This record gives sequence, C-alpha cells and structure tokens, in this order.
Amino acid sequence: MRKASSAVWKKLKPEVNASENILVKNSFDVDGGNFDTAGTVSTRIKSILKEQGLPSDVVRRSAIVSYEAEINVVSYAKRGVINLTVTPAAVEIAVNDEGPGIPDIEKAMQQGYSTASQQIREMGFGAGMGLYNIKSYSDRFDISSEVDKGTFLKMIILIQKP
Amino acid sequence: MKLREIKEILNAEVIVGEDKLDIEVKTAFGADLMSDVLAFAKAGSMLLTGLTNTQVVRIANVLDIAAIILVRGKKPPAEAIALAKDVHIPILTTKYILFETAGRLFAKGIVGCLEKVEAGSERI
Amino acid sequence: MKLREVKDILEASVVVGEEKLDMEVSTAFGADLMSDVLAFAKAGSILLTGLTNAQIIKTAADRSIAAIIIVRGKEPSTEAIEMARELQIPILSTKYILFETAGILYSKGIVGCLKKVDGDFYK
Repeated sequence: MRKASSAVWKKLKPEVNASENILVKNSFDVDGGNFDTAGTVSTRIKSILKEQGLPSDVVRRSAIVSYEAEINVVSYAKRGVINLTVTPAAVEIAVNDEGPGIPDIEKAMQQGYSTASQQIREMGFGAGMGLYNIKSYSDRFDISSEVDKGTFLKMIILIQKP
Repeated sequence: MKLREIKEILNAEVIVGEDKLDIEVKTAFGADLMSDVLAFAKAGSMLLTGLTNTQVVRIANVLDIAAIILVRGKKPPAEAIALAKDVHIPILTTKYILFETAGRLFAKGIVGCLEKVEAGSERI
Repeated sequence: MKLREVKDILEASVVVGEEKLDMEVSTAFGADLMSDVLAFAKAGSILLTGLTNAQIIKTAADRSIAAIIIVRGKEPSTEAIEMARELQIPILSTKYILFETAGILYSKGIVGCLKKVDGDFYK
C-alpha cells in the first residue's frame, strides 16, 4: 500500500512543489497539553478548505488527519506547528512537534497501541487509533521521529485522483 | 426519520438546535472513543455518545455529523454548547443508556452508518 | 438467552471462554468509558465495548460482568486475554459496530442492565 502511494507521490511531486500553483499556505501553532483549544486548528483548516470549494470528501479527510495530528501534539508534545498547503492537485498537512518523540514508530502505528495516560483516555482519546487513522485517511503519509526531540508528520490528500 | 421523531422515541431534551428538528437522519454510530468515531462514523449520521466535552463537538464538525445524541443522562458543559451553536450541530440528551438508545432506534428503522468493521472500513 | 446464541447472532468469535457458552444472559451495557462502566454496568450483564486493554477486563470482573463482547472488529490485547483467562470471564469479538450490536441484541430480547440514568442516580 505504501509502495503504491509512493508512486502516486512521484507523479504529483512537481505540481505540489510548483510555487505558482499554491492556492493556500498557512501555518498554525498548537499548544501542548491544552485540551481546551485542541482541535481549533483543524476546525480552521476545515473552513479554509471549504472556502476553496474542494470536494467534501477531501475536506473531511483533511480535517480528520489534521485533527488526529493536532490531538497527538496536545496529548504528548510541548508545542507544535501545523503547516497547510493547498495546490490544485492536493492538500498537504505537515506537523512538526517538540516533544518526547516516538521510540518505536512501527509499534505506534499499530491499531490499539497507545501510551496515553488515564486522563487522556477518559476524554475519549488514547485508544491507539490516531496514527492508524491518519495513515488510512491519507493518500500519502510520512512519519519520522527523534526521541526527546520531536515528531514530524506529513500527510497528502489528493484532490484529483490520478 | 426526522430528528424530531428521534427526540420523541428517546424522550430526549434538545440542548442545541431546536430549529433543526426537521432534518432527516437514517444512520447512527455509537461510541465513547474519539478515535473510533473518527475512524468509522460517517457524514450525515447521528453520533450517540457518553462524552460531553468540546472535543465531541469539534469531531462532529470535522466529520459532518448530523446530530449528537448524549446518552446516560449526560449534560454538556457550557463551552460545548456554545461551540455546537457556532457550528450549527444539534445536541440532544437522553437518559437512556447507549444500549437502550441503540436498541430503540434500531427497532424504529435507524441503522448503523456501517454494519461491520472490515479491513478498509475507514475509507468507505 | 445463552451466550452461545449471542455468539451466533453476532457472528462473533470466542476469544476466551469456549466452555462458558451455556451461561444465560438477559441484560447488556454498552460503553467505551471505563468510568461509565464502573458507574452503571450491573452484575450478570454482558458488556459491549470497543476497549481492548487488560484494565477493562479487570473492571468488568470487579463488576461481576458475565461476558465481554468486543465490538468494531477489535482484538483484545495479549494482556487482556491473559487477564480474562485468569479471572474466568469470557471474551467474544464481533465485527458489528456497537450500534448494530445493541440493535440486533435488543431486537432478540436482550435489554439494558438499567434503562435510564436518572438525575438522582448518584444519590
């Protein structure tokens, strides 16, 4: 699955990077630990994408992946930045956080695996579906992490299916 | 079925969206796990949940959920109510537990927004 | 209704407790919130949940729950399976979502372990 989406990525890469085609470029700060404002960035991203007149499926999937990523930053990191880029071909959501990082990414990607606290679980999070959801809703998903430094995620949602 | 009928079947109280009781709903998803809601709940469905925080409303907005039905007699905090008003998502609350709520709605013809979780259900 | 019938109705797999399928069950509670299971689930009921950790098994056993039905096609963790064997509490797993699981069981006569949570419940 990953291989197939990488191939798609290669085809799209020049378009996504062509600066003259960028329709939206925004950057949002996320506060670690603040559950009162958690999700506000994703709500904002959703309305921006809606204003662009993108297909509802693209808007919804982009909102879901940014929401899950935002909740991860709030749950685990000190702070983070979410970068939104929209081109005619795709929505790109990149998330950089300063936090504990993920020691075992493969494990973290598994359904049901979570290191969330009981407090986070009682809020309905921490079921170990976050990264799994992000991956399944994205057309391309990249993750890298450094322990005690932070985690980087990049998600692509295609607007025009090749 | 109209949301108004749902309200009656569940003896529910309308907390937000008195003006939206004429919307049509056919499907539902019930869970208290946000990530499962995000993974499986479909646009246009009702969300039955025991979670009352603002995150439920944000998720409902992200997913284009038609209405939130709080079960087990739960009442949302003021911030969740304010947000629901902002994003125009109705919130009803019923004293029935989730099992009874689902049972009663199912008996009246509401179905799950998906029936089963099979590999790849997330993207349908 | 026998647990065996619940299994058949839900096309469930038996993860723990194959020898306990003849037990009788008549009530259910469905939730993914540990705190609500603690507050409301009644002894002798079946618990429908999307939680798969060992803690939910322990909580269910403490509440004398008859059996745990894991919904949404989830698989319990290894620790949860071990805990369930130790505490002799059956675990079944069904692909149906909670709404469908509840709806189907309700239509076959299973009822809530309580119907409503009233304002004076905690008093």
